Amino acid sequence: MILVSVGTQLPFDRLVKAVDDWTHLRGRKDVIAQIGPSDYLPKALDYFPFMEHDRFFELQSRCTVMVSHAGMGSIITALELGKPIIVLARDHTRNEHRNAHQSDTLRQFAKFPGIYAARDEDHVAELLDTCETMTAKPSIEATAPREFIDRLAHYVQDEMVPSRRARLMAMLRRSR
Amino acid sequence: MNMRALPKMSEEPALAMRAEQRTLPSDQTVVQLPVRKRVMLIASGGGHWIEMSRLAEAFADCHCEFVSTAPNLIAPFGDRPVVKVTDGSRDTLPALIGSFRELWRLIRARRPDVVVSTGAAPGAIALYIAKLHGIRTIWIDSVANSECLSLSGRAVRPIVDLCLTQWPDLASSDPRIRYFGRVL
Repeated sequence: MILVSVGTQLPFDRLVKAVDDWTHLRGRKDVIAQIGPSDYLPKALDYFPFMEHDRFFELQSRCTVMVSHAGMGSIITALELGKPIIVLARDHTRNEHRNAHQSDTLRQFAKFPGIYAARDEDHVAELLDTCETMTAKPSIEATAPREFIDRLAHYVQDEMVPSRRARLMAMLRRSR
Repeated sequence: MNMRALPKMSEEPALAMRAEQRTLPSDQTVVQLPVRKRVMLIASGGGHWIEMSRLAEAFADCHCEFVSTAPNLIAPFGDRPVVKVTDGSRDTLPALIGSFRELWRLIRARRPDVVVSTGAAPGAIALYIAKLHGIRTIWIDSVANSECLSLSGRAVRPIVDLCLTQWPDLASSDPRIRYFGRVL
């Protein structure tokens, strides 16, 4: 099963249409898409706008290939589950996002094994044609690296002192 | 710590202390009881929530309250339900005003010691509300922003106590931003 996701805040018609056209052309019946507020309504895809986190994670665990915008949720989950993922960045010059960060994100993460960066809609279709041969394996743990967690915990426990105002309020509460 | 919210905490340790004091030397040693910090963690649905869940363990020693814009989420630990607030962005200002009102009430009701956010816009608003109430604030910018801080990140940078990026180059270019590591 191929699973498409475009996030919940903004439409991404270009990606939805590219996968829909490919699905129609190849006559596939096993492509499911989370299309958010996209205006384009797919003809060949099974689609829905939004799904709760846990149910969507279950779909992600079951699929063989993911197709997505360059959102961190999809990318992190693909790396964690070890699913190949085809990623098309939203282009802010076409009003697909508020700024250009998705292309920055994709440039950084294209190096990771299992992440297939698509240049444009045609490249998405090309990559989909080869999706049966794509490989990936789980490459990250389920939590952040120990060092990051420890450093943040140390900051909160030892370096962060209450503000003067918070200390004053606590003193007033005690004296009452 | 808000004693009104936790009336029992001020009484029970005192009783335990009295029994203990009998065996203590008479030099008036003050024993500090460890106080768990109360932390509110706010993240929008999707990637922001996933990034927050991955680093939530850093707050495992605190009383944590999780807040998100997506419905029916399950907290990374603890059995408290995740509080849902309205989602909004700079494209949907009326909704963002709704998030502001809900977050204002929530923070005033809970009075946490620290508010932490991984984004997006509602999290940034929460940090401003926290700052107004003398509450400590932490912003953790998403790993997605490798070239410059997100707009929300830039908006909260002047007022937060700790502003983290997940890209070392960004931290070295600005003394107000720090780098502790990456969520993956």
